[in-house]
Amino acid sequence: MTDVAADPLDPAGTTLGPGSAVAVTAAARATPAQWSLLVRKATFLAGAAIIVFWVVCAIFGHAIAPYNPLAQQLLDVNTGPSGAHWFGTDPLGRDVLSRIIVGAQDILIITPLATILGTIVGTALGLAMGYFGGAFDLIAGRLVESVLALPSFIIAFLFLVAVGHSTTTLIVVIGFVFTPLIARTVRAAVLAERHLDYLAAARLLGENPARIMFGEILPNVMPAILVEFTVRLGYAVFTVATLSFLGFGIQPPTPDWGADIAADYVGLTAGYWWQVLFPALAIASLVIAVNLITDAIEQVLAS
Amino acid sequence: MATFLLKRLGLMVLTLFILSLIVFLAGQVLPGDPGRAILGPFAAQSAVHALDTQLGVNKPLITRYLSWIGGAVHGNLGESYTYQSAVAPFIGAALINSVKLALLAFVVVVPLGITGGVIAALNVGRPVDRIISVTGLSLATVPEFVSGIVLIVVFGIGLKVLPVTAAAGPGASVGSQFRHLILPAIPLVFVLFGYIARMARAGTIEALNADYTRTAILKGLPRFTVIRRHVLRNSLLPTITVIATQTGYLIGGLVVVETLFNYQGVGDLIFKAAQGKDFPMLEAGILVIGVVYVLATLGADLLLIALNPRLRIGGGND
Repeated sequence: MTDVAADPLDPAGTTLGPGSAVAVTAAARATPAQWSLLVRKATFLAGAAIIVFWVVCAIFGHAIAPYNPLAQQLLDVNTGPSGAHWFGTDPLGRDVLSRIIVGAQDILIITPLATILGTIVGTALGLAMGYFGGAFDLIAGRLVESVLALPSFIIAFLFLVAVGHSTTTLIVVIGFVFTPLIARTVRAAVLAERHLDYLAAARLLGENPARIMFGEILPNVMPAILVEFTVRLGYAVFTVATLSFLGFGIQPPTPDWGADIAADYVGLTAGYWWQVLFPALAIASLVIAVNLITDAIEQVLAS
Repeated sequence: MATFLLKRLGLMVLTLFILSLIVFLAGQVLPGDPGRAILGPFAAQSAVHALDTQLGVNKPLITRYLSWIGGAVHGNLGESYTYQSAVAPFIGAALINSVKLALLAFVVVVPLGITGGVIAALNVGRPVDRIISVTGLSLATVPEFVSGIVLIVVFGIGLKVLPVTAAAGPGASVGSQFRHLILPAIPLVFVLFGYIARMARAGTIEALNADYTRTAILKGLPRFTVIRRHVLRNSLLPTITVIATQTGYLIGGLVVVETLFNYQGVGDLIFKAAQGKDFPMLEAGILVIGVVYVLATLGADLLLIALNPRLRIGGGND
C-alpha cells in the first residue's frame, strides 16, 4: 500500500469493489481443478438453486402462477396474505404472488444481457488500453475516469431521461455505464501479463495486435473477466431494480418487481405491507443469490 | 508532493470539463421540446416557438454551452423552467438537506465498516470473516428502496418506533429532525458498509502479512499493540480513498432514498427535474454532484498526504 498514486486511472488502488486487485491476481492462477471444486461449494449451490428457481419462474411463469397476474378482482382488493392468496392482493385485487412469479421475467432478461454487453465492450477496450498503452491508454483512460467520476446510476438516469426508456435502451445504457468499470479491471489484468515471455514470443513471431490481444492475452485474463462479470451481474440487478422502481423500466400493468413496489408503496402507511414487502424480498433473494455465486468463485480462485 | 498535487488538480479540472460536456450534451438531446413540455399538448405551435426562443433553446449548441458553463462558474446555474426563477437557491437548500442525511450515514458507517473489515481480516478464512464478507457484499447490492421498505415495514409500521417520512416539517427541533433521518440513513449505511468493510479487510490482510508486522510480532510486542501501531496505521490509508469515492455513489443513492422517504434533497430535486424536463435544474443538479465528488476526492488526497509521510517526501512516486 505504499504506491498510492502509482496509477492515475485507479486512485483507489483497484479496490473499489470485489473485482479488486486481490481477486484479479488470484484469478490469474486459476486451474481446471479449482473449477471442479466450485460445484461442491454450499454457497455456490445455494445461489445457483435460487437463480434456477427464478429462471423457471421467468420462463414458465404464466403456467406456475396460481392466478392471472393481470386479473383484477375488485371485491378482493388489499386483502392480506391468506390461504387463497398467499402473498395477499394489491389495490386492484390482483394476486401478489402471481405478479411476483411472472414479474421475474424482465429483470432476468435485462440484467444478463446488459452485463454481457458491458463485459464484451469493456473487455475489448481494456485489452486495447493495456496492450497499446501510450497515448491511446492516456486518452481512453481520461474518458473512462470522467465517466467513473459520476456514480454509474446517475449516468444511467441521465441517459434514460435523454433517449427515452424501453427494454433495449435499458440494456444499452446499463451496458454502457458498466463498460468503463470492466475496462479498468481488464486493463489492470493485461498490464500484469504485458511483460511475460509468451507475449514477446508472439510479437517476435509477427502476430498482429488483434491476434495477440484476443488469441494470447484474452485466454489468460479470462478468470479475472469472469469474476468481474459475476460482480457486475449483482450490480446490474441492483441498477435494473432501482431504475424500474423510479419508473424507467417495464410499464404497468405488466408485472415487474420494482415497478410494482413503486406503484404500491404509498399503501404502506395504510398497513398494506404485503404488496411491497414480498416483491422487495424477491429482489433481495436474487441479489443475494448472485453474490453467493460470486463469493464462491472468488474463494475457489483464491484457494 | 507539489507534482503530485498539481497532477491531481489538473486531472480534476479535466474531469470536470468532460463531465460538464457529457451533462450538457445529454441535456440537449432530451426528446421533446421544453416549450411544448411547459405549455402542454394543446398550446399553439407559435406560442411554443416563442417560448423556446425566449428560453434560448433554439440557439446553436456551442453558444448555449459557453453561456451555461460561463454562468455556472460565476454561480449562476440558470433559470428553472418549472419554477421560473433561478436554480441556485433550490439546489442550495436541497444540498443542505442531502448533506444532513449523507453526514448521518457517514458518521455511522465509517467506524462500523472499518471495525467490520478489521474483524474479518483478523479472522481471515474463519466463519466470522465469511459472514461479514458475504453480508457486506449482499447489503452493498441490495437496492436502497428494497432495504428501505423492509425497514419501514419493521420499524415504522410493525414496531411503530420511528417515523416513516424523512421530512420533520418546518421549524422542527434538531432532535426531531434526527429521528426522522434515522430510517432513511440506514439503507445508505447498508450499501456503503460492504465497500468500506471490504477495503479495510483487504488493507488489513496486506498489512498483517507485511515484513514489518512479522518483525513486530517476533520482537515480542503484544498482539493488540502490533495491530494498533503497525497494522491499522497502514491498512486504513486506502480505506480513506474508498470512503471519498463513495460520496459520488452516495448522492446517486440519495435519489432513491429521498424519493422513498419523501425528503427534499438533491436526489429528489434532480428526479423531479428529470420528470418535468426541467433541463437547467437537472443539468445544474448533476454538475453540482460532480463538483462535490471531485472536492471529496481532493480532500481524500490531502488527507492521504497528511497521513502518509512517504507521499510528503517522495513527491508522489511518479
